[in-house]
Amino acid sequence: MALMSACLMTLVPVSTAVAGGFEMEPANNDISNQASLQRGAKYYMNYCLGCHSLEHVRYQRLSDDLGIPEDQFLEMLAFTGDDLGDMVKIGMPADQAEDWFGGVAPPDLTLVARSRGTDWIYNFLRSFYVDGETLTGTNNKVLENTAMPHVLWSLQGLQKATYEEDADGNEVFAGFETVREGRLSPREYDRVARDITNFLDYVGEPIRFERQRMGVWVLAFIGVFIFFAWLLKREYWRDIK
Amino acid sequence: MQDNNQNPAASGGTALGDWIEARFPYRQFLRNQLTEYYAPRNFNFWYFFGSLALLVLVIQIVTGIFLTMSYKPSADHAFASVEYIMRDVEWGWLIRYMHSTGASLFFAVVYLHMFRGLMYGSYKKPRELLWIFGMLIYVVLMAEAFMGYLLPWGQMSYWGAQVIISLFGAVPGIGEPLATWIRGDYLISDITLNRFYALHVVALPLVLIGLVLFHLIALRTSGSNNPDGIEIKEDKDENGVPKDGIPFHPYYTLKDLVAVGIFMAVFFFIVFYMPTFFGLFLKPANFEMADHLQTPEHVPPVWYFTPFYAVLRAIPDTFGGVLAMTLSIVILFFLPWIDRNPIKSWRYRSFLYKLLLLTFAGAFIVLGYVGIQPASTTIDQIGWRMTQLYFLFFVVSWIYSYPRSNRYYYTAFAIVAGVILMFDLWRGPDAFAWAMSIVPLGLTAIFLLLPTVTRLDESKPVPERLTS
Amino acid sequence: MTNDVDRNRRQFLTVATSVVGGIGVAAFAAPFVLSLRPSAKARVAGAPVEVDVSKLTDGERVSLEWRGQPVTVIRRAQEVIDKLPEIRDRLRDPDSDEPQQPDYARNEHRSIKPEFLVMVDVCTHLGCAPSYRPEIGDPRLGSDWPGGFNCACHGSRFDLAGRVYQGVPANLNMVIPPHRYKDDTTVVIGEDEEEA
Repeated sequence: MALMSACLMTLVPVSTAVAGGFEMEPANNDISNQASLQRGAKYYMNYCLGCHSLEHVRYQRLSDDLGIPEDQFLEMLAFTGDDLGDMVKIGMPADQAEDWFGGVAPPDLTLVARSRGTDWIYNFLRSFYVDGETLTGTNNKVLENTAMPHVLWSLQGLQKATYEEDADGNEVFAGFETVREGRLSPREYDRVARDITNFLDYVGEPIRFERQRMGVWVLAFIGVFIFFAWLLKREYWRDIK
Repeated sequence: MQDNNQNPAASGGTALGDWIEARFPYRQFLRNQLTEYYAPRNFNFWYFFGSLALLVLVIQIVTGIFLTMSYKPSADHAFASVEYIMRDVEWGWLIRYMHSTGASLFFAVVYLHMFRGLMYGSYKKPRELLWIFGMLIYVVLMAEAFMGYLLPWGQMSYWGAQVIISLFGAVPGIGEPLATWIRGDYLISDITLNRFYALHVVALPLVLIGLVLFHLIALRTSGSNNPDGIEIKEDKDENGVPKDGIPFHPYYTLKDLVAVGIFMAVFFFIVFYMPTFFGLFLKPANFEMADHLQTPEHVPPVWYFTPFYAVLRAIPDTFGGVLAMTLSIVILFFLPWIDRNPIKSWRYRSFLYKLLLLTFAGAFIVLGYVGIQPASTTIDQIGWRMTQLYFLFFVVSWIYSYPRSNRYYYTAFAIVAGVILMFDLWRGPDAFAWAMSIVPLGLTAIFLLLPTVTRLDESKPVPERLTS
Repeated sequence: MTNDVDRNRRQFLTVATSVVGGIGVAAFAAPFVLSLRPSAKARVAGAPVEVDVSKLTDGERVSLEWRGQPVTVIRRAQEVIDKLPEIRDRLRDPDSDEPQQPDYARNEHRSIKPEFLVMVDVCTHLGCAPSYRPEIGDPRLGSDWPGGFNCACHGSRFDLAGRVYQGVPANLNMVIPPHRYKDDTTVVIGEDEEEA
């Protein structure tokens, strides 16, 4: 199986280098870590939900799956008049949002972990840097020229990108340098990014943890069936040989 | 050897059974199809894939019916309704993953089933129609899969369909009107989605089931071939039962039951642990809703179409590519009349024929790999060479049909090599291409010149009775 | 047939394989059957409904919808409640023996609080909506009409606790939905009263 996986992985090369010298770091999130999921949900509600809906997700499901008490959601929903059974939507109308963000409405993020992958989210959240040429004053190494402002800047602080010349004289990205300290240390901020990534990973496929747990039993049962079917086949085939 | 007159699975009748039998001869049917249908006793694991294909068909129909209960075939709601199935419908995720995994495994099983036919010459007389019905099933299955892939209305669904429908647009003269007619619109839209839905869930499944029935009737008429390629019906005992035959039931039903178990283990391992299968069964980009103004960077077809897609891309001309791709599928229909060597099984064919068949299988797999990759000089060149090997199989098979004189081989080599070089020149060769031309030319030399100087083209004698 | 066949072993293995296979098929069928139950979307749409009854005066009613059914909440005056036992002999099921109500509403007034009747406003004959006719001796229904519900479709009659009369097409009392009091004046329809 491992061999097969290895072969297939080479079939579909996953490129981790995005552009000139920038390397993605693995997200290493863990959807079985419920505390992380709860924190991720909290950050998402506080920092992301202003603009990014999760339109295929119900609050009730989040509450049930992540073990977040319903009251906490009800308190939050009191402002919008939404109900626990409702989808996680945003108040911003799409056409207005387009105007505010230069033609692109902030996308729904229900499936971003499935379409872009967790590493992409994790690195996106960590690689905003100061860039005076953009409207928002920041740019991003993972998604160049993103219209999204660095909403977590008060936590991460601000950083600038530094460059160096490689052997061929091309300018390549060398790393980030802190310009202004945030409220969190880099390690703490990485944890925030990982928690949000983890939450979005869960949101992309809420059943995944459950399905992986269930699969063992299904396969074990099929194993028992194969055993009996094989004994029976062998018994009858004694007629032939 | 057991006594053929008494099937160990036979059981006594009941009064109700007799009453029904007089009006609806189910026992006679079961006897004809199972307990007194004699199959060669030497089937190996390659013979599982027919039964397994039938099993997957059933899985696809059952899961498909349940998916239609919650899916909405409209551009506005299709994408969300799939997520609704994945989240809100109880067990909907399992049903959907079974359907998406089933689609890919259907092709895996069918490809193995077809390769079995190639190895043991199952397409040869008297099974030509059996083969042709099988090929029709395969073509309808491709259409079924292609239309089904549009339904989730993701980016890959949309742009994959865009590419395939554009192929029809390449037909000279009627191309654009034809593509518009297929779409029912000037772009792929709600209208296209709706008609693909109708075809996917009603029309093509009906055709498929009908063809499967024809395939089975043809199979029951000529009887199964076997790894030795010997007709067991030509050697019967005093009761008219083939000496090398055993009742399909219970022997092969039980053997297939084990295969079903193993297949289910593989199937559910994928469903529960890798439903996207490294992005081959469900592509990451398909988790973004279709946007007709934004093309994804790279639009490869699903893996089971990629060999033919690679043939298409190998030709630097749109209509030429479409023709080559069509030919690569259509030529398979004619295989019974291309390869007329009387020996069925490759066990008794020459070393060179075995090498030829393996070359063909290898070329097909490499083409499949090439078709997934983004276009580049190297990839295109490999695709081109593998396309040449793909077609070389049919040419050499035809030549190997009868014993040929040395002069015939020399002439054939000159012609084939000439054709290869002609196409190379037309395609505009560079240094790399010249270097790569060694692959098709070298293999042509092996297949067409070695028979003149070695005995590698000699077949083995076919035994009278099954060997194992 | 050969003599060395161990029939017992064959029998055992056949049964064992069939049983395991049968369980497998049943387990395979289960998700399909369960997928037909109301989805999360349907469950949200069918969620309990709250209604404030503090503003209702005697004889007044408020109508609302729960799971697509019209539900009516009526405030009954004390004299109406007192009269309910008087027409018992004209009713088919005066003691609510048929399971047309939750256990906590199986009483003379067919409700939790005597003054509030919470009822699905659907005739148990063929599903029309009966009219609310609270006036005693309503001219359309005869001088002995003590107030109740009359179904215009086929003439079924019910008293002010939704109990069906004898000699009318309907056989069953009108349905009392599960409900509970969240506080003194708020009724939640669709949720059972918690066990005390």
